[in-house]
Amino acid sequence: MAVDRLLPTSEAYDLLDLVRDICAEQLAPRVTQAEADSAFPRDVFRLLGRTGLMSLPFDEADGGGGQPYEVYLQVLEEFATAWMSVAVDVSVHTLSSSALARFGSQEQRRQWLPGMLGGDQLGAYALSEPQAGSDVSAVATKAVRDGDDYVVNGTKAWISHGPHADFWLLFARTSPDPKTGLSAFHVPAGTTGVSFGAPEKKMGMTASTTTQLLFDDARIPAELRIGDEGQGMAIALSALDSGRLGIAACATGLGQAALDLAVAYAVERRQFGRAIAEFQGLQFLLADMAAAVESARATYLLAARLRDAGRAFGRPAAVAKLVATDAAMKVTTDAVQVLGGYGYTKDFPAERFMREAKVTQIFEGTNQIQRMVIARSLLRDLPR
Amino acid sequence: MKIVCCVKYVPDATADRKFAADHTVDRVGVDGVLSELDEYAVEEALQIREGADDCEIIVVTVGPEPARAAILKSLQMGADAGVHVVDEAIHGSDAVGTSLVLAKAVERQQADLVLCGMASTDGSMSVVPAMLAERLGLAQLTFGTEVAVDGTTVRVRRDDDAASEIIEATLPVLISVTDQANEPRYPSFKGIMAAKKKPVQTLTLADLGIDSSEVGTEAAWTKVEEMRARPPRSAGTIVAADDGAGAERLVEFLASQKFI
Ligand SMILES: Cc1cc2nc3c(=O)[nH]c(=O)nc-3n(C[C@H](O)[C@H](O)[C@H](O)COP(=O)(O)OP(=O)(O)OC[C@H]3O[C@@H](n4cnc5c(N)ncnc54)[C@H](O)[C@@H]3O)c2cc1C
Repeated sequence: MAVDRLLPTSEAYDLLDLVRDICAEQLAPRVTQAEADSAFPRDVFRLLGRTGLMSLPFDEADGGGGQPYEVYLQVLEEFATAWMSVAVDVSVHTLSSSALARFGSQEQRRQWLPGMLGGDQLGAYALSEPQAGSDVSAVATKAVRDGDDYVVNGTKAWISHGPHADFWLLFARTSPDPKTGLSAFHVPAGTTGVSFGAPEKKMGMTASTTTQLLFDDARIPAELRIGDEGQGMAIALSALDSGRLGIAACATGLGQAALDLAVAYAVERRQFGRAIAEFQGLQFLLADMAAAVESARATYLLAARLRDAGRAFGRPAAVAKLVATDAAMKVTTDAVQVLGGYGYTKDFPAERFMREAKVTQIFEGTNQIQRMVIARSLLRDLPR
Repeated sequence: MKIVCCVKYVPDATADRKFAADHTVDRVGVDGVLSELDEYAVEEALQIREGADDCEIIVVTVGPEPARAAILKSLQMGADAGVHVVDEAIHGSDAVGTSLVLAKAVERQQADLVLCGMASTDGSMSVVPAMLAERLGLAQLTFGTEVAVDGTTVRVRRDDDAASEIIEATLPVLISVTDQANEPRYPSFKGIMAAKKKPVQTLTLADLGIDSSEVGTEAAWTKVEEMRARPPRSAGTIVAADDGAGAERLVEFLASQKFI
C-alpha cells in the first residue's frame, strides 16, 4: 500500500510520484531475478542518474536537486520498498559524493562535482579494512607522499559496488597517529595500481556486488586529497552521520515491503475456513509490525528535520539507525512467520527481506556502535 | 521549427474505470494520466528537437480541469509550453467534435509539425489524427514507427504485417506515431521543477470562435445507447493430471474450444 507521506513542497509530491512510477515499472519487475543471479543492475543507476535521483540532497549550484534530507530519505525509502540493494547503493553513492561536496576545494568541486552528480556516475566508499571494521583507527592502508603524488598501498574491504564505481572515496593513513593520521582522497576509476578481490558470497543483497579494493603502489595526485592531511577521520565520521540516516530510511522501506507482503498474504490465505487475517493472534502480529515500521519512519524523519534545520543530529541519527534497522529485522522475521512454510521458501520474497534486513544492523556502524554513540552523547559530562 | 503535440488526459488504466450517468467516460472523478500512447508523441517531439537548432514544442489538450495534468507531464518531460482548451460545452464530444476543437487550437500555433499518438488508451478510435489533418489541410503520415526530419523533409516508416513503407512529405505535416517509435523518457527531477515555470494558456470555445452547438453530446454523430461492465472472468478449468492422462485431456479441452 502506498505510504501516506507528509512532504514539505508540491514539487516533493511530484518527485515521489516519479519515484513510485520508476519503482513500479523499472525496479519491481527485475528485483527477484537480479538478486537470484547476483546481477548488479548498473543500468538502473544510469536511469536514476539521468532522472536526477542520484543527487537529490546536493546543492543545485553543484548540480544536485537541492532537496532537504526529509525528502531525499523518503525517496530512498521508496526505492528500498521496491529493491533494497538499489536503495542502499544510492545511499552509498550519496555518502561517497558528500565528502568532496562538503570538504572539497573550489577547484575540486568545479572539476569533479558536475560529473559525480550529473547523472551517469556511481561512487563507492572505501573506509573498512579486513582488520578495521568498527575500529576505524586501525586503518592500515598507507598513503605516502612522493613529489606531487601519494603512493597508496593496502587492502580495503567490503566495498559496496566497488568494481562498478566510477570513483572511490578513499581513507588512507598519512601518519601513524590513530585519530589524526587519516586522510581522504577522491580516486577516479581507472587509476593504475587499483584492483578488486573476488565478490563476497553474501547472505543477502546479492545484487549489490561487495569486493575488496586492493591498492598496489597506486599513484594518486596530491590535488585529489580532500581536506587537509589528517582530516580524514573527521570527514569519514561526518559523512557517516548522514549515511546512517540513509540506512535508516532503507531499513524502513524494507520493513514496509515486508509489512505490505504480510498483510496481502494474510487476507488471501485461508485456514480453519477463514482468512488467517481474521484471527486476532495474527492481527496483533500485523499491528506490531506496522507500529515498528511507522516508529522507524518517525524516528529517521525527526533526525532528518533536525539536520535540515542545521541543528546537531548525530545522536538522533544513531537512534534512527538503531531503531529502524532493529525494526526491519523484527518485521521481516515476522513477515516470514505470517507466510508460514511459504515464507520459508524462495517462492515469496519474505525470506529475502529477512536476509537483507540482517546486514542493516551491521554496516555503517554496527548497532552496538550506534549504542556507543548514543551513550557517549548522553554521558558527555561523565567524569573520566 | 515549431512542433505541436496533441495529448489526451485519460483515466489511469491501472485504476477502476468509471462512467458518468450519460455513458461518457468519467474524467473528473477518477485518477487520470497523460495517455500512454501520447507519451510517444511527446518523446518523438523531444528527440526531433535534440537534432534541431531552434525548435519549440507546444502541447495542446482538450479536456476538463484535471486534464491540465496531461500538459504538466508533457512539460515535465521537456515540452516548452501548453495550451489547455477547457469548456463545459465540450463534454460528450465525439471524435468529430474533438477534432474541430483541436484543429482550431492547433491552427493558431502555425506549427510546422503536428504530432499525435496513434490512438487514445480510453477511446481507442485512432481517427482524431486523420480528422485533424483533414481539418488543418495537412498531409497526414499516420502510424509512424520511425520518424526522421531533415530540413523541411520528413520521412516516416509505417510497418504492417506484410511490409514496411517509407513515406516522405514536406513540412508542414501531421504525424501520428505508434508505441514502436521510441521509448518515452521519465521526466527528470529538474524537468519537474522547470515545468512549474512553463506557460500554460487556457482557452474556451469562445476564444477559439467555436459555437457550442457544434460540439458536445448533442452535436455528436454517434450516441452511446447502452453500456455494461464486462462480466467478471469466470473461474478457469482445471485439468487434473495425477493419473497420467492429463496431457490427453488438455489437448481435448483445447481442441473443443478450437484453440488448436
Ligand atoms: C554488505 C556489506 C557492505 C558494506 N559496504 C561497505 C562499504 O561500502 N564501505 C566500507 O567502508 N565498509 C563497508 N562495509 C563494512 C561495514 O561497515 C563493517 O562490516 C562494519 O563496520 C563492521 O565491521 P566488522 O565487520 O569488521 O565487524 P567488527 O568491528 O569486527 O565487529 C564484530 C562484532 O563486534 C562488535 N563490536 C566491535 N567493537 C565493539 C565495541 N567497542 N563494543 C561492543 N561491541 C563491539 C560489533 O558490533 C560486531 O557485533 C560493508 C559491510 C557489509 C557486510
